[in-house]
Parts: sequence; C-alpha cells; structure tokens
Amino acid sequence: MDILSWFVAIPVLTVMAILFAKDLKQTRIISAVGMSAQLGLTAWLVFSYLAERAAGNAAAWLFKYDVTWFSSLNIHYTVGVDGISVAMIALTSVVIFAGVFASWRTDYLPREFFISLILLSSGVFGFFISLDLFTMFLFYEIAVIPMYLLIGIWGTGPKEYSAMKLTLMLMGGSALIMVGLLGIYFNSAPAGQQLTFNLNEIAANGIPVVAQQFFFPMLFLGFGVLGALFPFHTWSPDGHASAPTAVSMLHAGVLMKLGGYGAFRVAIYLMPEAAQDQAWIFIILTSVSVVYGAFGAVVQKDLKYINAYSSVSHCGLVLFAILMMNQTALNGAILQMISHGLMTALFFALIGMIYGRTHTRMINEMGGLMKVLPFLGVAYVIAGLASLGLPGLSGFVAEMTIFVGAYQHTDLFHRFVTIMATTSIVVTAVYILRVVGVLLFGPIRDEHHLHLTDATWWERLSTVTLITAIAAVGIFPLWLSDMINFSLRPIVERIVAAL
Amino acid sequence: MTFQDILLMRHELLLSVLMLLILIIDLMLTGESRKSMIPVSLALFLGVVIIGFLPASEGSIFGGMYKTNGTTLLMKNILNIATLIVFLQSAAWLKKEENNQKLAEFFILILSTLIGMNLMISSGDFLMFYIGLETATIPLAALAAYTHHQTRSAEAGIKLILSSALSSGILLYGISMIYGTTGSVYFSEVAAKWSNEPLNIMAFIFFFSGMAFKISLVPFHLWTADVYEGAPVNVTSYLSVVSKGSAAFVLMTVLYTVFPAMVEHWQTVLYVIAVLTMTIGNLFALRQKNMKRFLAFSSIAQAGFILLGIIGASSLGMTTTIFFVLTYVFTNLAAFGVVSAISNETGKENMDDYNGLYHTNPKLSLLLMLALFSLAGIPPVAGFFGKFFLFASAASQSFYWLVFIAVVNATISLYYYLLPVKAIFINKNENPIPAFKSDVYTRTGLIIAALGTLLIGLLSISYEYVASLSYGLQ
Repeated sequence: MDILSWFVAIPVLTVMAILFAKDLKQTRIISAVGMSAQLGLTAWLVFSYLAERAAGNAAAWLFKYDVTWFSSLNIHYTVGVDGISVAMIALTSVVIFAGVFASWRTDYLPREFFISLILLSSGVFGFFISLDLFTMFLFYEIAVIPMYLLIGIWGTGPKEYSAMKLTLMLMGGSALIMVGLLGIYFNSAPAGQQLTFNLNEIAANGIPVVAQQFFFPMLFLGFGVLGALFPFHTWSPDGHASAPTAVSMLHAGVLMKLGGYGAFRVAIYLMPEAAQDQAWIFIILTSVSVVYGAFGAVVQKDLKYINAYSSVSHCGLVLFAILMMNQTALNGAILQMISHGLMTALFFALIGMIYGRTHTRMINEMGGLMKVLPFLGVAYVIAGLASLGLPGLSGFVAEMTIFVGAYQHTDLFHRFVTIMATTSIVVTAVYILRVVGVLLFGPIRDEHHLHLTDATWWERLSTVTLITAIAAVGIFPLWLSDMINFSLRPIVERIVAAL
Repeated sequence: MTFQDILLMRHELLLSVLMLLILIIDLMLTGESRKSMIPVSLALFLGVVIIGFLPASEGSIFGGMYKTNGTTLLMKNILNIATLIVFLQSAAWLKKEENNQKLAEFFILILSTLIGMNLMISSGDFLMFYIGLETATIPLAALAAYTHHQTRSAEAGIKLILSSALSSGILLYGISMIYGTTGSVYFSEVAAKWSNEPLNIMAFIFFFSGMAFKISLVPFHLWTADVYEGAPVNVTSYLSVVSKGSAAFVLMTVLYTVFPAMVEHWQTVLYVIAVLTMTIGNLFALRQKNMKRFLAFSSIAQAGFILLGIIGASSLGMTTTIFFVLTYVFTNLAAFGVVSAISNETGKENMDDYNGLYHTNPKLSLLLMLALFSLAGIPPVAGFFGKFFLFASAASQSFYWLVFIAVVNATISLYYYLLPVKAIFINKNENPIPAFKSDVYTRTGLIIAALGTLLIGLLSISYEYVASLSYGLQ
C-alpha cells in the first residue's frame, strides 16, 4: 500500500483492534499506540516531504497514488499531498494524539468512545489526502457523522439538542457541497470528453464561468457552514459546549479547518472567476463572523462558550483571509488554521481538565486556580497569549500575515473590512485577559477548590504536546510558511490569471 | 416454439414449479412435522435463486409479448435475493403456533406475487404487463390480511385490495386510451406510433397515475402507511422492498422503452411528483412513533428519490436506478429485519420501546444504526453511493434545483433517521428490551443484509456490473 493510504488505514486498524479490547485499560493502550504510530508516520511524512523538496522535486503533488474506483463514472481513489495538506495532516495528528490522552479517563462505554473518535479522525485524514472530489466528499461526511454519537452519548448539558443541531446544520452544508460537486463534475470537461472528479484535471480544463456563478456560492457556503461562517455558525457554540473534551478539541481544532481547506481548495481554486465576482458578499459575512465572534466571547460566562465564540472569530478570520486571494493572505489563512487548531485544542483540553476537577465551567464560580493548579494555570496562560497574538507564539505569525495580506488591497471596501476585522485583536485581548484574571488569579471563591490536585501524567503529556507545537510554529514559522508558500504559488497564479 | 424458447421464461417457470411443489409437500406434512415446511421451502427457493444467476440467452416469445435480456435477468435476480432475505427473516414469525395451519400459504402467495413481478418486468406489451400487475397485486392483499384474526391486519388487506382495484382501473383506462390512439398494445408499436397529442398525454397521465399508486408516490400514497402498519412486519418488509422495487423497475422500463418520444413531458411529471413525494413523505415521517409507520413514510420519501434516477433518461439513469434499488433492498431489509426480530421476540414496535437497546442487544442496535445511516445516505455504507449516483443522474440532465431540493430533503430525513439512533444509544430506560438471541434463519437474513449494506457501495464491481447491463432511451 502506498504511504498516504496508511493515514486512513492506521485509524481503521486501530478501530478494529479496539473491537477486540477487553477492558478500559486495553482500549486506552491500543488507542494510544495507534495514534502514536500515526504521529510517527506524520513526522516521517513531513521529513520526507521536505527532503523531496530539498532534492529539487518541484512536482505540485508528491506521493501520488491513483486507483480507478468506479470506472464508468471516472471516479478514482487519488491521493497526494502538497505543502498545505502536509501541514494540515501534521495538525490533525498532533490534535488527535493529544485528544486520546485528554480523554484518558472516559469510563462510560470507553470502547465505543475511542472507536467513534478515531473513526472521525480517519475521515479527516482521508479528506486532506484526497485529490478526487468524490473521495474527498466521502471522507468529509465520515468525519462529520460520528460527531452525533460523540456529543449525544458522552456530552454534557443539553447534549441531545446540541448534537442534533450540529449534525443537521453540518449535513445541510454537505448537502450544498454535494450539489456543487455534481455541478462541477458535469461541467468538468468540454462536451464529448470524459467527465472527471480529479481536482487537477478540472483545474486544467476550467469550468465555464456561467456554471461557476451558480456553483461557487453553493460550495463556499457549504464548506463555510463547517468553517462557522456567519450566520451559519450557531451550531458551533452549542455543539462545542456540549461535546466531551476530546471531541471539542478535534472539532474546533481540526474539523472546522475542513471548512476553510475545502473552501480554498475546491471553491476558490476551481472557480476563481466566480470567486472574484462574489467575494464581496462573503467578505462582509466573514468580517461579521470575526467581529461578532469576538464580542460574543466577551459576554459569555461559560468557559466553553467563550472558547467556542472565539473559534467562530478565528475561523472567520481564516475564511476572510482566503477571500483576499493573494499570496500573503492565503499563507496567513493556512498558518491561522494550524495555529488556531493547536491553540483551541489546548484551550478545550485545559477547560476539560479544569471542569473535571471543579465541576463547573462558569468563570464567576472559580478563582485563584493558579495557586492550586499551577501546571494547568500556566498552560492556560500560554494558550491565552497564543490566542491574542503574542509574538513568539503561533497566533501572532498567522494574524500578522493575514492582515498584511489584506492590506495589499488598496480600495476602500477592503480597507474598511480589514480595519473592522483588526479590531477583533483588541476584543480578543479583552476576553482572554478577563478569563485569565478571574479564573487563575484573585481569591479562591470555593473552598472545595483548595483541595484540587494538579495535572496527571496523561494530562501533562496532552498539554505539553500541544504547547510544543504552538511554540514551534511561533518560533520557527519560516519552514512552515516556506512549505506552504511553495505550494500556494501555482494556486495564486491561477487565481490571479482569472482576474 | 421449441423447448429452448420456453426456457427463456426460466425464472417464472421455476417459481411456478416451486409453488406446486410446496402445495404437494403441504399435503404430506401433518402435525408437528408441518414446521419442516420452513427449511424445505427455503432450501428449494435458494436453489431457484442460484439457478437464476446461471447465464441465459436473450430473446422474445409469444410474438414479442414476453422479452428477456440481461437487464431483466438482473432485475429478477435482485428481487429473488430480496425475497430470500424476507423468507429468512419471516421464519421466526412463521414458527409461531398461530401460523402453523397456513405455512404453505405464506410461501405460495409470496411466490405468486413474485411471478407477477417477473412477468411485468419481462412484458413486451400492455396485456402481459397488466396480467403481471394483477398477479403481483391480488395475493398481496391476502398476505396483508394474513393474521386475519387481528382487526388491523384484516383492515390492511381490505385497504390494499380496494386501493389496488382503483389504481388498476385508472391504469386500465390509460391503457385503453393508449390502444385507442395508437391502435396497438405492443410496446414497440406503441413507441413507434406515439405522438404528443393531448389525448396521448392524457393516456400517459392515467397510466402513470396507476403506476404511482403501486410505488406509492404522492398524491397516491395515502394507503401506504395504514397498510404497512396493519400488515405483519415481514409482509410489510416485502411490500416496501420487493413490491416497490419491482414497480420502480417496471415504471423505468416502460418510460424508457414505450414513451421515449415524450421524454420532456414525463420528465416534467417526474420532476413535480418527485418534489412532492420526497417532501411530503419526509414531513409525515418526522412525527411517527411506530417503527413500521416510520419505515413506511421513509420508504415513500425514498420512492421520491428513485424518481431522480429515472428522470436521467439515459443509461446513467437506468444504472443508478437499478443500483439504488439494489442498495435499498439490502438496507431496508436490514432495518426491517431488526424491527421484525424485535417484534417477533417481544411484540414491541414503538420507537420508545427501543430506548436503551444498545445496552442489551448491541449487535442488533449497530445493525439498525448502519441501516438507518444507509437510508440517510451516510458514507461509507451503500446508501451513500446509491443516493449520490441517483442525484448524479438528475444532475446529468441539469436538473440542479431538483437535486438541491432532494439534498435538502435528505438532510431533513437525517433528522428522523437519527431519532431511533438516539433512542437506542442515548435515551435512558429502566426496562429496556431484554437481551435475546434470534434463531439461525433470522441471523442469516440479517447477516446477508448487513454484508450487502456494507459492501455493495464500496465494491465498485457491483455498480460496474449494473452499468454494463443498462441501456438508455430506446
């Protein structure tokens, strides 16, 4: 089997192994081993990708592999990676690895929990390696549907409502994607030639502009729902607040990035003409997402809601940057996906750990936790600083690049929305610092909290993994952005050529 | 006519012989030994199913009244497999004391409807078609009333026979007008002489309405829910899978071979009916609490989806329709299999009874979840592929708004397909259905359905096989 298919195969094999696990302990060990193998494979992929590039291999896609699946419809199983997907795969591996350890203590139906969680991750990996739109869509739906069970069974609060809302809204989005993909397929080749789902072949053939105008908004909206595009973001706060820790991590950290990635790779890349025409509508919506999400986070009192609204804001920034359609902003968008993925996963992991101890997520019921939980407290501060864009951590690099890119548009409209979006940085600082101040410092409000114990080894492992990744992106952003830029260049050239 | 020609009717002949054999065996079995009727009939029918797959020649007999080719064989084999699964799933129910005196009748009635369906699929003119239709319909009413000591079963039988009679009347009226305008009942001659005069269009509308009753398309669907609820579970599953699947095959065949000249007209009709059927089927399914009624309305909505395949009016349309029915057979029989296993064991048929089922019967629960996901079109199970390709067929004719409405409906349908999943996995229950082990027939039936649901889509060879046998408008 080719190297990329292992990214789907390892989670599937892990799931099969879990089926034979006898108890919680075995389940944990199998999950941990499987996801460690996945992380190892990812490290290998990153190094061999960089080695190939260093050796001068300039092909757009590396490690390509192609099998015909449905020959009469010309559907293939085609996989391949460029710098962007390698970065996204790395993000996913880190988050799912940390997620397995963060849910170490799951005791209700643990086998079923880990099976659903890892199955979900196999969908995400499959999505990022696919070059064929049909397979991509198949993996996309596999990644979305286990969410219903994960939230519905292991969630907290109004979990049934949240699970149903999330599933229906995301599947509604994928319904739009399905129409869009069929539209692309039947316009993918000049009359009389073989139709195709292959991303590169479609890009080479070009889609008629008339068709683009009809299908671009469907695809962008469809993926936008998962990227929490205003006004279709409402699943996100409820869903994230009700979900168990690892699911929030994976969902906010990785799954929402599927939206941004899909909007960029399918909607914008394949239909640049329509994207140019209609970008303004979506730029307005994303600016609203950015600002509204930030202000939403300010007024929330529940830690998970704060972080969920903050995700709406940050993911809005991803879509905002994608719509700027120039090299710098797109690079920023990808960096932001990585950066936000890591830090929001860290946030949700920490919130889960704090909640597991205090049994409350309301910030006004907690205080002074830094004294009793120094490890978790410091980690929370680091996550907060990354989120508000402190230099040296990942958030700064990403947001800086996005706004520099957005400023390259000199017309009044772009200037205005960019300035609007920039205000979110200030608002972000407000809610992050407020939470840190109330939650970690000041007096302890509940005397039960005096006897809490600090992080266990698995919690430390989960947290340290994420913090290391955040710091790595922040301190050495260049190798990452070089990798992304190399693969972005042909895409941007194609978009600019459509102008 | 030689012996070779007669062999063209292999499926129908074998089924007739089997019916007679079962009658004779029934005469010889008495008392306790009557129960051996079930394994004997199953073994014999399994033989028929296998022989059905042997290669066969194409041709037509009776002056073109009866035609057979690769496509008809494929359709008949699909129906055979579905019937086999239904038989397997019925065994536990048939073994009950109350059914001891009428075991043979169950098999004979089902087999005779199957013969009718096969004749319809192979028909080359409207007379043969009508004979097949009636043979396929009338025994169904007897089947629906099988547990006649129960009022609602008897009521289901009466409702089915009355609505069938009405729809047959409408259909016959349409056929008579077709004869009146073209002077022939042969499919090929009707197709050749067809013109789109108002009277022709009216003839078509009457004909189509009659067929719409059989597939329970809106607005001709009102009988469905009551009959499905009243009939015994296994008869319901037969009605909703085999009967509906065959009607879809026949509608498609007739539209493609007899009415290609008015393709734009019937596409418009299908467009409107498809939108109505999907939407109304879905809206009613949302509020059902009884699993059988729930699956009844869901199957109405699925019938609406099938029209999206037929509307393709090309070999892609035929491929996707047959392929969807194939996935639907396994998927829906998996769902019905679980419902019937539980109903036979405990008599419970309401969604609330399923609360907490996962904790006592994990395998059945997972299978039901798989089937419901497949019905909703979630990958990687078969239903996803079936639905995606159906929508592709409609999209190939640029009916993008129709596809859009369909996918919105698919999303709505996901809501109610998730309700039983929620009951099984999430809802708490003090006394859930106790753990039980079904008999070997039921389990075999469930395993076949589960394997089909899992593999039909992923293994592209099934789709390619169907595609190799499909044709477009003729």
